[in-house]
Amino acid sequence: MSEQTTPSPTTTEEPAAPPAATEAGPSAVSRFFSSPAGRSIGLVVALLLLVVIGTVTAGENFASVDNMLVILRLASITGVVAIGVTFVITAGGIDLSVGSVLGLSSVVASLGAIQTAADGFWPLMVFVAIAVGVLAGLTNGFIIAYGKVVAFMATLAMLVAARGLAELISQRQTQIVTNDGFLDFFRGDLLGISWVVWIFIIVTLIGWFLLNRTTFGRRTVAIGGNATAARLAGVNVRRHTVYLYMLAGACAGIAGTMMLSRTTAGTSTHGLLLELDVIAAVVVGGTLLIGGRGTIGGTVLGVLLFSTLTNVFTQNNLSSSVQLVAKGIIIVIAVLLQQRFANREGSQSP
Amino acid sequence: MIKDDHPVSLLEVRGLIKSFGSARALQGVTLDVRPGEVHCVLGQNGAGKSTLIKTLSGAHQPDEGDILWNGDKVTIDHPIAALELGIATMYQELDVVEGLSIAENIFLGHELDKGGVLQRREANKRTRALMDRLGHPQLSPTREVGTLSPANQQIVSMARALSHDIKLMIMDEPSAVLDTEEVDNLFRVVEELTKEGIAVIYISHRLEEIERIGDRITVLKDGKSVASSIAVSDTPTRELISLMTGRDVENVFPPAPGVPDDAPVVLEVKDLALGSHFSDVSLSIRAGEVVGIAGLVGSGRSEIMETIAGHRKATAGTVSVKGTKLRPGSVRDAVDAEMGLAPEERKSQGLILDEPIYRNATLASFARFARGPLLNEAAERDATAEQMRALELRPAEPNRITRTLSGGNQQKIMLARWLIHGTEVLLLDEPTRGVDVGARVEIYTLIRKLAAAGTAILVVSSEIDEVLGLADRVLVLADGRVLDEKPTSEIDEHGVLDLVMKGSAA
Repeated sequence: MSEQTTPSPTTTEEPAAPPAATEAGPSAVSRFFSSPAGRSIGLVVALLLLVVIGTVTAGENFASVDNMLVILRLASITGVVAIGVTFVITAGGIDLSVGSVLGLSSVVASLGAIQTAADGFWPLMVFVAIAVGVLAGLTNGFIIAYGKVVAFMATLAMLVAARGLAELISQRQTQIVTNDGFLDFFRGDLLGISWVVWIFIIVTLIGWFLLNRTTFGRRTVAIGGNATAARLAGVNVRRHTVYLYMLAGACAGIAGTMMLSRTTAGTSTHGLLLELDVIAAVVVGGTLLIGGRGTIGGTVLGVLLFSTLTNVFTQNNLSSSVQLVAKGIIIVIAVLLQQRFANREGSQSP
Repeated sequence: MIKDDHPVSLLEVRGLIKSFGSARALQGVTLDVRPGEVHCVLGQNGAGKSTLIKTLSGAHQPDEGDILWNGDKVTIDHPIAALELGIATMYQELDVVEGLSIAENIFLGHELDKGGVLQRREANKRTRALMDRLGHPQLSPTREVGTLSPANQQIVSMARALSHDIKLMIMDEPSAVLDTEEVDNLFRVVEELTKEGIAVIYISHRLEEIERIGDRITVLKDGKSVASSIAVSDTPTRELISLMTGRDVENVFPPAPGVPDDAPVVLEVKDLALGSHFSDVSLSIRAGEVVGIAGLVGSGRSEIMETIAGHRKATAGTVSVKGTKLRPGSVRDAVDAEMGLAPEERKSQGLILDEPIYRNATLASFARFARGPLLNEAAERDATAEQMRALELRPAEPNRITRTLSGGNQQKIMLARWLIHGTEVLLLDEPTRGVDVGARVEIYTLIRKLAAAGTAILVVSSEIDEVLGLADRVLVLADGRVLDEKPTSEIDEHGVLDLVMKGSAA
């Protein structure tokens, strides 16, 4: 790969120290925009722009606390899945199966037998959903790390198979959630904010901490940056890869429960095409698709950008088709901008 | 070859200036190339050689200064413009498409076709002619380039340049991927080119090569030409080094103090084998000893290193560190036994270029700095800064992105990784590849210091004089077999080559 096309990102947390006078870098402006904060600024500006457009076109209907909470709830399910996928992509992998796994976990967790068993203790449904996700992730991870199958194909196979399995188990029937404890909990809120949103917030915080402050996160970035170097330095790359897909699966499982609570039913069609929204949000957020750089904050902004967009369009009674076109345009613009800044920074090496 | 009656220059460069942001890569370069000469451009990493080449090949635009081609002022605003003038460039990083055949690579971008239909027979015929000219008639035009050795990929790259009607060929460290024999062939090709009146700009770190084929030299330092078009025959090596580095280099290799007889054996390798790559390799290194492996490219040198480090799984034999056997193919065991490998392909196998220095320096040990699962980055940065100061790597800024460092400094980061981790055994595969003369001396000194501290060191290099100068003992390798083992005081470069030639023939 030539130097011109290789992005040279800076660290994910601390801004890089200013280069020495002898090897001065690019101008302050482009350096700022290629710094982590700078990259996010672009997203924040885009988000603010959308808010302005929403306020102007839909007025009170858009610019209200209630509507903001609606947007957040809209973002929560995609967001939780996206946090898990951020780790996989940061390590240079991809997980296409998260949408299907979400559907499968919602189906298994809402099976009659499970709901009955969870009569006295509703969190059992949550555990079951997460366990299903973790198992699917474990399978993905094993096939990728030890079977040496490319992640794209392995998780594509899981995308198909998990959806099929969900249909088999549910016999294509919608399974209504009857467990009152479960429904009551998720109907409730804390400080006026729905539990669904709180889960998103908590998963985000844990994800940020995990990626930026733990050895697990460091290994993830290292593997994405240079898997051979990581392995030669003693990192168990294969085992870590399995953990990463388990993490993505767990997040899909959590999102499966959230989906159950929102629709009060489990069905094999939950999470259809979700993987595309998730990957779009992660990459628009600034995580490199080739790995080596990941940002949880960016992912959250990416998810919020798309859910706000959906909300603005809905408020204005625009068709979802128009919305899809707008989404496509945003993805292209965001990626173009990312590359521009990355290139400008990369061209400094003489 | 040089005509003294003031011939018209083929290429003249005057006062070239190029900045990237506030960094001035070129600040006044003068270059004068005549038809049919080999003009060497020398300089340390970061001296501006790459920028100069890229400017001449149309990848960069100069901010100021003139480029004259056959006496006319020209603008080279695109790589195609350079090719149209007759300037072809062989980049250091191989630029071939591995999935295509040799012929397809050569005619990439200027395919031979009739009305859009490829003339494959014609392309193959011309490719065969080019390969003959380059002294490699055995390479079939239909062979996939990915299956070739780096040396032969370079031949393809060269053939591609020659498939255009060129008058000037720029070669950026062409010998970096070649062994002695292949370098001879390269030089033969260069001679052929110059006989045809084609000029060559030759860039290399290896001074002895420049003495062999160079006609005139331009030396770059800090983006300026400190010496322009001086004749190779009138300039002693020592003067070149001091021009490049700005200081005198007395002894390139630090003295080897010798190893006491009672020093304990640290690394013990017995009858190690790896499939068809090598077999029956036994060696032992004592604390404080530097052992070198000399042999040609493809003799199994790197494979031996990688197998000892557990990167590859041995098919037979054992590796022990201080009496403890390592499981075959376990990098974990090797790292736990405090064995470190600085691999040949520093960029692709050793470093995470887009991460800060400290994360590369602590890649093998960050878990040890951590409190439980929580990273302690402050401690990592401190340890890295300390090592950077010890390695005289300035400025000691652990937060800098590794990509921005020169080759020599990147190699120091690899060493720092194992210094921070702690090492009993250090395996160095081509420790000075892509490292300039000044930094080489520092790395040699460093290796000796590590040995003096009790580390057992194994060095592989394709430069035989480097192995001999650095090591206490040398293993001579050919075709995956150890031919001989001798103290380096009892053998010289000729002796090694003699052994290798005889051994390969046997």
